[in-house]
Amino acid sequence: MSAAFFVLAHPFLESAFAAGTAIALAAGLMGSVVVLRGQVFAGDALSHVAFTGALAALALGVDLRLGLYGGCVAFGLLLALLGRRSAADDTVIGSAFAWVLGLGALFLSLFTTSSSGTGGDGTAGVNVLFGSILGLTGGQALADTVVALAVASAVVALGRPLLFASLDPAVAASRGVPVRALSYGFYVLLGVTAGVATQAVGALLLLGLLAAPAGAAQRLCARPVAALWLSAAIAVGAMWAGLSIAYVVPVVPPSFGILAVATAVYLATFARAAVTRRLDGTDTTADARDLVVAP
Amino acid sequence: MHALAVLAGPGLDPVADVRRMLALHFMVNAFRAGTVVAVLAAVVGWHMVLRRQSFAGHTLAVVSFPGAAAAIWLGVSATAGYFAGSVAAALVIALVPRSSSGRPRSQESAVIGTVQAFALACGALFVSLYGGFLDSITGLLFGSFLGVSDGQVVTLAVVALVVLGVLAVVGRPLLFATVDGPVADARGVPTRALSVVFLLVLGCTAAEVSQITGALLVFALLVMPAAAAQQLTARPVLGLALAVALGLVVVWVSLAVAFYSPWPVGFFVSSFGFAVYVGAAAIRVAVRRRQRRVAAPADLAPVGGHGTAAVPA
Repeated sequence: MSAAFFVLAHPFLESAFAAGTAIALAAGLMGSVVVLRGQVFAGDALSHVAFTGALAALALGVDLRLGLYGGCVAFGLLLALLGRRSAADDTVIGSAFAWVLGLGALFLSLFTTSSSGTGGDGTAGVNVLFGSILGLTGGQALADTVVALAVASAVVALGRPLLFASLDPAVAASRGVPVRALSYGFYVLLGVTAGVATQAVGALLLLGLLAAPAGAAQRLCARPVAALWLSAAIAVGAMWAGLSIAYVVPVVPPSFGILAVATAVYLATFARAAVTRRLDGTDTTADARDLVVAP
Repeated sequence: MHALAVLAGPGLDPVADVRRMLALHFMVNAFRAGTVVAVLAAVVGWHMVLRRQSFAGHTLAVVSFPGAAAAIWLGVSATAGYFAGSVAAALVIALVPRSSSGRPRSQESAVIGTVQAFALACGALFVSLYGGFLDSITGLLFGSFLGVSDGQVVTLAVVALVVLGVLAVVGRPLLFATVDGPVADARGVPTRALSVVFLLVLGCTAAEVSQITGALLVFALLVMPAAAAQQLTARPVLGLALAVALGLVVVWVSLAVAFYSPWPVGFFVSSFGFAVYVGAAAIRVAVRRRQRRVAAPADLAPVGGHGTAAVPA
């Protein structure tokens, strides 16, 4: 109700809500698969790459989105290739990311120094890091909406086989599910999601948009398909609530509002589990999840 | 930085260059702070890599950003904010997980991811509340060694001494608990208390390192030298010494290069750190290959897998 009121009030809010809804839908659906596969770290990795990719594009004077999507999708494919060798060592991964981020700092400095005469300033770097959904122009918002909806429908289309392959790759492979192709598809979709979410909540915070709604949903219901939709619903709800908070309290950055709501929902699921456990002495949700996910 | 680079571009005589650089008080302070941080980060990082707690270290480092941002907003010193953020987060991490066994790992990583992202979002909020310069935000995230005050150097040194002292006291049992948790437990080593102490040590260290490399690039000093050392040797004392030496080289070279270049110091620290790590990995591969050819057991056993069994997921 109130959201509808805001949308009528300002055109920039209209694009923010439209793009934000689509992006939250994509991130919520995608995040569910990410958490199910235990690959939250891949989201972490992509957030580093998104930052560096976007700033490399800016430093080279190309459109930001070219670097963003290019970097994220290329890195997603790389992860898919590496994923064949069992989970790589977190030290190696962490070191590589830190270096990628260091490169991002370099591009940021190159960009801010090279274009200081033409209006480029530190804002670009901060926007890439923390997002600027209220600053999207109509055209950008439209492009983001289309991309995000494409990702969402791809996840829905791949839904069952993708969840099957994520939960139990060995059985899925033996039942004729193309596990390997799905893995590539998953990483490409994740890369695109990261690219599009960076424009909404920023490279550093997209991890939260992927992990928090999905984590909450999977704590609330044990059935993977239901959790998928619940996660999308929570993400979209967090997006709307966060944008409204940011509109009402101008000092709050929209990214913070969105993340705060998503985190609060996740926290509430823990509180709920604690209360249930105290009431009937068992933790039913956790038990059910153990049965579902235990490899 | 630009003004400096123009003012004092590198000449042909390296000795004169170094002397000119060290004539500036803030560069002396930068080297002092960098040295303290490099030693501390290498020692703690060595234990951390062995314990496979890199992501805990990463999270603690990230949390120092909202801590510092909040401190600046409230008008307190950023140093206090770094420590408050990281130590508080270390306590939270120490209290929360491992309460229920058999919790799926995927949930745990979702928690860590959410905590990280939310911490960074809080940082963004505090920066927005402060409404100050954008420079400060990139400084907090990517590091700046300019303007390290005398007082800050003293604080860094005191905290580093305390942390190293604690680590010296708990060192042996900690190593035992890391390498073989169940056996250490059976022998009466308080593994749970040790892991809490280590998380606090890690929190203090992450806060110290953040002040030089920025919250996002802590890995460069905390992990890379230590991981490089562990590629080269499995012996604890030698490994620690090697990690410290590599850390010092990385910091000193980075500071010197950054002084004469317009690019940020975080870029150099992470690049040199990564180069050191890749170099060490390459040496290990080469040594292994030769060993296989000679087919003789040697001291340079692969270290990578040792900690895996010991640390519970």
